[in-house]
Amino acid sequence: MEARLKIDGVSRAFPGVKAVDDVSLAVAPGEIHALLGENGAGKSTLVKIIYGVLQADSGRMVFDGTPFRPQSPAEARQRGVGMVFQHFSVFEALSVAENVALALPGAVANTALADRIVSVSRTYGLDLDPSRLVGTLSAGERQRIEIVRCLLQDPRLIIMDEPTSVLTPGEATRLFETLRTLAGEGRSILYISHKLEEIRALCGAATILRGGRLVAQCDPRQETAQRLAELMIGETLTPPVRADERRGEVRLAINDLSLPANGPFGVALTDISLDVHGGEIVGIAGVAGNGQDELMEALIGERRTRPIAVTVDGEAVGHVGPMARRRRGLAFVPEERLGHGAVPSASLTENMALAETSRRRINWRELRRAAEAVVVRFGVKTPSVAKPAQSLSGGNLQKFIVGREISKAPVVFIAAQPTWGVDAGAAALIHAEIAELARNGSAVLLISQDLDELFAVCHRIAVISGGRLSAARSSGVLTAEALGRAMGAAHV
Amino acid sequence: MFNLVPRREPSWLMSVATPVLALAATIAAGYVMFAALGKDPVQALGLIFISPLTSMRGLSELTVKATPLILIATGLAIGFRAGIWNIGAEGQYTLGALCGGAVALYVHPGGGLWLLPLMCLAGILGGMAWAAIPALLRTRFNANEILVSLMLVYVAGLLLSLMVHGPLRDPQSFGFPESKLFQAEAQLPLLVKGLRAHAGFIVALVVAVGAAILMAGYRFGFAVRTLGEAPRAARFAGVSENAMVWRCFLISGGLAGLAGLFEAAGPVGQLVPALPTGYGFTAIIVAFLARLNALGIIVAGLLLALTYIGGERAQVAMSLPSATTSVFQGLLLFFLLAADVLVRYRLAWRRRLPAGA
Repeated sequence: MEARLKIDGVSRAFPGVKAVDDVSLAVAPGEIHALLGENGAGKSTLVKIIYGVLQADSGRMVFDGTPFRPQSPAEARQRGVGMVFQHFSVFEALSVAENVALALPGAVANTALADRIVSVSRTYGLDLDPSRLVGTLSAGERQRIEIVRCLLQDPRLIIMDEPTSVLTPGEATRLFETLRTLAGEGRSILYISHKLEEIRALCGAATILRGGRLVAQCDPRQETAQRLAELMIGETLTPPVRADERRGEVRLAINDLSLPANGPFGVALTDISLDVHGGEIVGIAGVAGNGQDELMEALIGERRTRPIAVTVDGEAVGHVGPMARRRRGLAFVPEERLGHGAVPSASLTENMALAETSRRRINWRELRRAAEAVVVRFGVKTPSVAKPAQSLSGGNLQKFIVGREISKAPVVFIAAQPTWGVDAGAAALIHAEIAELARNGSAVLLISQDLDELFAVCHRIAVISGGRLSAARSSGVLTAEALGRAMGAAHV
Repeated sequence: MFNLVPRREPSWLMSVATPVLALAATIAAGYVMFAALGKDPVQALGLIFISPLTSMRGLSELTVKATPLILIATGLAIGFRAGIWNIGAEGQYTLGALCGGAVALYVHPGGGLWLLPLMCLAGILGGMAWAAIPALLRTRFNANEILVSLMLVYVAGLLLSLMVHGPLRDPQSFGFPESKLFQAEAQLPLLVKGLRAHAGFIVALVVAVGAAILMAGYRFGFAVRTLGEAPRAARFAGVSENAMVWRCFLISGGLAGLAGLFEAAGPVGQLVPALPTGYGFTAIIVAFLARLNALGIIVAGLLLALTYIGGERAQVAMSLPSATTSVFQGLLLFFLLAADVLVRYRLAWRRRLPAGA
């Protein structure tokens, strides 16, 4: 059978780096083809070339038997390539139909379009109400808008960029059914992910990239996840070891914390209570947009609460700001790296000052030394600490921010998505440092959407859903299915 | 054709080079403008940019004009860095002159060594009080501080006019709206006998250097920069936006008030309705020309002062229109903002037209 898409020796260089280096692959009609690789392996560059965002320097592509070299996404779409992005470009204040209409050339959000949306979403099991405001939808539902938007253009090749990163396990299962239906119709799917288990469950072929080069092509159903990971990383991987639990006194306590929603699409927090003991790592699982951001703001002190709602070593801190909390030994890693955890245009040295608590003078020489120490200890790749934060890759900046906070030797360490978008090697390092922190008696609270991460490092896990927090249960007795049900509770 | 390509990081070289580039473009545009007016461009540019520097009187006048520009721009630049836009320094300047001057007139003809410091304090407080209005409306009701501070400029002008027409008018002024001439104790000491250069210039230099140290080495400066560049990161670091709005407005208002008092107690020597002459607005150009850098403000303040004095000289000597000075200042800001794009973008030859464009 002739390949739907055939890529032959495609390369693309950027100043100083060959992002894609002589990569060839073929996707058959009706095939779900995995594109695997760490951050910076060249997956996104390759996909951008296929979708017409970038052009290849050399090599050729053939789509359904004819040469294919799209100069723009519009041209790629016209030829039959659709893409569902990891980060949704939807307008919260518009309805589903209006959001779909915006993406279709010449479309108007009328009843005809609404009927088409309903019929497409029925056919593929993508429940969507065209008249609902997007701001009221969950991440999974928003993703369905993107998929429907893509399907309305009847694509023959669909590129999916890390589609499950924002979904509950239940939502992911439903997505897989949709994808299998699409493949059954003869549509090809190029599936980008680094979640190996789901690739093994879903994909019939896999192309693995490392450092821009093709390292392996295989049938993922025939390989173990361990083997795929090693191909991806290029070294043998030691799975993270959960720190032995040496439970001490309660260090961080959240007591009936409630907070009104901030804005029309914010989430209100209701009666959140949780104790984190010294030596313990507690995880909070949940689908994005269920109150994690608000909880983080309340814990950092960006939004104040009743004094007693947050206590550190028995001392009430709910009413004081971030600096005062840091002085009591708290440290924070917010989810958003650029613009929240770091000032994009400021140097790494200046970014060290975000975690400083001195009121008056800033000792820049000392901060530069501290920044250099973090760079060395956490293996941050940067030519100098004088470089602005925005010049670092996402994973490197994350290592720097986590390193900055851990280097303060906090008694309570609170992190949201500490390994989001970080490559496996760096994630292992961050997990090891967090475990070390707990071993030395600190209390650690991890807010994450990555269940694998939570199961790997946490002693207890609670679930946040609709601004409420479940009781934390020992991760030894919890199953992913049970967690998934609790995570999806607000949306069923 | 040229294409603008984003740089990976802002160019340090360009951030220093663009003010020079803008100045060069201003001079070139001025050359064309004078030639079009049928005047000798070389003579005109020489009168504007060089002749004031060749005499003691010219240099003295330079410091007189630069003093308010440096003082006001130093305060404004701090707020601008934080993304807090005080556009009403002219009004705060007016209130500073009014309040400080009122102290002198209240004790007239008395006085002593204590009088000038007291006037300065009153001037600073007057400017602060006027700046507190936009700060309060912004922090309490989220009113746009640009509009509020700008509108208050006109209120301040009318208030000054009202006062010198009424309670502060010199009874012997034959109905002219002006106050008594300040007593000797209420006048700023002169730097050189017979010239108008006064001690306020020294104060302006000290303030600018002090601001540079505050911005570079203290947490306040760090908070200002962080708030301006990444407000969410500033909150993360425990910076309160409302507190910063207050501080920035009080600092810039206080310095503008001090500048106004210096003008009244220095070259003018009394309160007159024509006291506000636009320093508060020109200082915005000074602040941006200096890239909001306090030490750069000293240079930029002297440069803009040069266009004032040189523009006057060219007007008189070559009968040029009185708008010459404003045109030059406007050109300078225009070219500076245009050249700014080079800090974040670089020029590249366009190889081909993107498809579908």
